[in-house]
Amino acid sequence: MKMMSENNIFHRISFSIKRKIIQIVAFGITNSHIGNFTQGKIYTGKWKNFCAPGLNCYSCPAASFACPIGALQAVNGSMNFDLSFYVTGFLLAIGVLFGRAICGFACPFGLIQELLNKIPSPKKKLPGWMKYIKYAILVIFVLCLPVLVTNYMGVGKPAFCEFICPAGMLEGSLPLLSTHPELRATIGPIFSIKLLMVIITIAGSIIFHRFFCKVFCPLGAIYGLLNRFSFFRLTIDRNLCVNCGKCARVCKMDVDPVKNCDSTECIRCGACVHACPKKALRLGFQK
Amino acid sequence: MNNLRNGLKVQQRLTASVSVLLFGICLMLYGIHRDEMAVVLNKAVHICLECIGLG
Repeated sequence: MKMMSENNIFHRISFSIKRKIIQIVAFGITNSHIGNFTQGKIYTGKWKNFCAPGLNCYSCPAASFACPIGALQAVNGSMNFDLSFYVTGFLLAIGVLFGRAICGFACPFGLIQELLNKIPSPKKKLPGWMKYIKYAILVIFVLCLPVLVTNYMGVGKPAFCEFICPAGMLEGSLPLLSTHPELRATIGPIFSIKLLMVIITIAGSIIFHRFFCKVFCPLGAIYGLLNRFSFFRLTIDRNLCVNCGKCARVCKMDVDPVKNCDSTECIRCGACVHACPKKALRLGFQK
Repeated sequence: MNNLRNGLKVQQRLTASVSVLLFGICLMLYGIHRDEMAVVLNKAVHICLECIGLG
């Protein structure tokens, strides 16, 4: 009897709350070394051999894993290698298993943006063409610049981390600057560029749902391209669908699941599944 | 006829997904074999000043 009531409670918890719980747990696992914030150091253990599936700066004091985009640039720009098979393979494997569900469930920076979007303000939709910016960023800043622009030793710089990624400043720079006064002497022009990106991202995330994911995130671009092949996916039963349009109206990623269940923008958040009055949409692992 | 077409589509998709997954795993193992993990670890255990907007 008791078990039955527990089951009922579990079923009564809405999908969005379950997703939020998974996001918080993923955030906690990815950033489990909270104590490092006060000590002003970063975790240096063996888990940093591995990449986190979501965007999370490895210079954040609490970070437990390497950032996949940072790691990709580090290997691509290193003296010995021009392409990281390890990180590319990791992204392909994770991407084909989960697609952009990683963005919706396991990305710490995605959670931060969703929380920022809770701040009361007029909510707007982005023009459709802006979603293509992230592909340009992936090709230019993540894949090309670290390999092509190198110093005399043949080492390239992590151009995406250096000029675009606001996670590094929010999760790494600001906590470390507060505990290491000597680091303040190293503040230069790059800091201003990054600060501008942080301001744009925070302001954008308050007004637009997941602004950084939609416009700038190269990891979202990779996983988005793999949505078409992913095992965890959204499907529609066209015999049940009555084309009421509720799913498209509730989608904060501006996707119409009736037109395309495998959209590169779909983060598999499940809002459309919950909104469908005919239960025509299904989210999960399937053929 | 439609069922047959859908079945073929599902089959093609499954084949593509499994192929990409296996390809990804092979790439990852090859990367580990040529010691890319050491580069990742070395980058991740040091504070990357340019990554956080300093330096």
